[in-house]
Amino acid sequence: MFLIPNAVVRFFHRMASPPHFYAFTDKVMPWLIIIFVLLTGFGLYGGLYLAPADYQQGDSYRIIYIHVPSAWMSLFIYMVMAISGAIGLVWRIKLAEIVAISSAPIGASFTFIALFTGSLWGKPMWGTWWVWDARLTSELILLFLYLGVIGLYGAIDDKRVASKAVAILALVGVVNIPIIHYSVEWWNTLHQGPTVTKMDKPSIHISMLIPLLLMALSFKFYYLIALIQRIRIELLQRERNAQWVKTKVLEQN
Amino acid sequence: MKPARKQRLILIALMVIGASIATAFALKSFNDNLMYFFSTTDVVAGKAPKTALFRLGGMVIKGSVERPGDGMMVRFKLTDFSKEVTVEYTGILPDLFREGQGIVAHGKLNEQGVFIAEEVLAKHDENYMPPEVKASLKNQTTSGTNK
Repeated sequence: MFLIPNAVVRFFHRMASPPHFYAFTDKVMPWLIIIFVLLTGFGLYGGLYLAPADYQQGDSYRIIYIHVPSAWMSLFIYMVMAISGAIGLVWRIKLAEIVAISSAPIGASFTFIALFTGSLWGKPMWGTWWVWDARLTSELILLFLYLGVIGLYGAIDDKRVASKAVAILALVGVVNIPIIHYSVEWWNTLHQGPTVTKMDKPSIHISMLIPLLLMALSFKFYYLIALIQRIRIELLQRERNAQWVKTKVLEQN
Repeated sequence: MKPARKQRLILIALMVIGASIATAFALKSFNDNLMYFFSTTDVVAGKAPKTALFRLGGMVIKGSVERPGDGMMVRFKLTDFSKEVTVEYTGILPDLFREGQGIVAHGKLNEQGVFIAEEVLAKHDENYMPPEVKASLKNQTTSGTNK
């Protein structure tokens, strides 16, 4: 903690306290929603209207504006879930545990969207809805990992114990993340190689790339909004006997 | 860091490293099964199954697509830029099937070494660009150097 300014450390300490987190997110939520709506608006307008058609796929390629950001989010959210799970295990911070479990349903949804949109595109382009190649299979395993996390958490009554079990499952599943990313390079797959996330220059025209990046950012904000809402509900449930929740409820009535 | 926390952190690190090593060994031993298709070089070298069904991937050679009969039968040559294999297929080809495009065919070899495909899938590459850009790229390569 020697390189991080004191103000930042203090901010995180305060955020780890449920009542402070609750009050702070009350204030930032409208801003997050405004940014999300603007990004999605510009991203979709750019992707569906301004961007030109592809030289081979025509307009069908436009599914990447949903498919690719969803697939990125499915990996990103998994890493957030595993890392916050690890923080919860080591430092026993309640909020870290809640971040981990609250991420799981959002991550599972993005994984499902990535698989579903990919399948819709695969039928006309590849000629099949589904193949058991390394990329598609490892992404499907990711969906099962998310569902496993949700199921395991629900199966254990003591939520502190459940959080620990879930964190361990999530951490073991981390090995799948590099496999998903590199599957298209390590093995022959039907799925194409990386277009944007590679060392080289992206193999996508700039007019198509900008809306894609806007959509990727907009999905990040969506995740943040959904995550905060889920954390707030989970906090209220877990802390229902705490004084700050009682005052909060009394205030609102 | 408190000793108890440090111990937990080390335990978690060991767990993740252990799981990674186990997975790496498992993937290494199943490496061949994880390959979705055989290349044309594999087939010419005799590495592909002789009698069983398998998948063959490669690029459709420009000018090699022909329809010898009246029916739906298509014959074309696949290459990985080193060895070639002739493929025959009867059925509807996917949208992205064209000469110079990568494809994956599922089927088996006959006695003459011709691959009889039951299913043909187009493999899309990672390039996205507007048609005008593609046209100008083509002009550059044809008028510019002699490559």
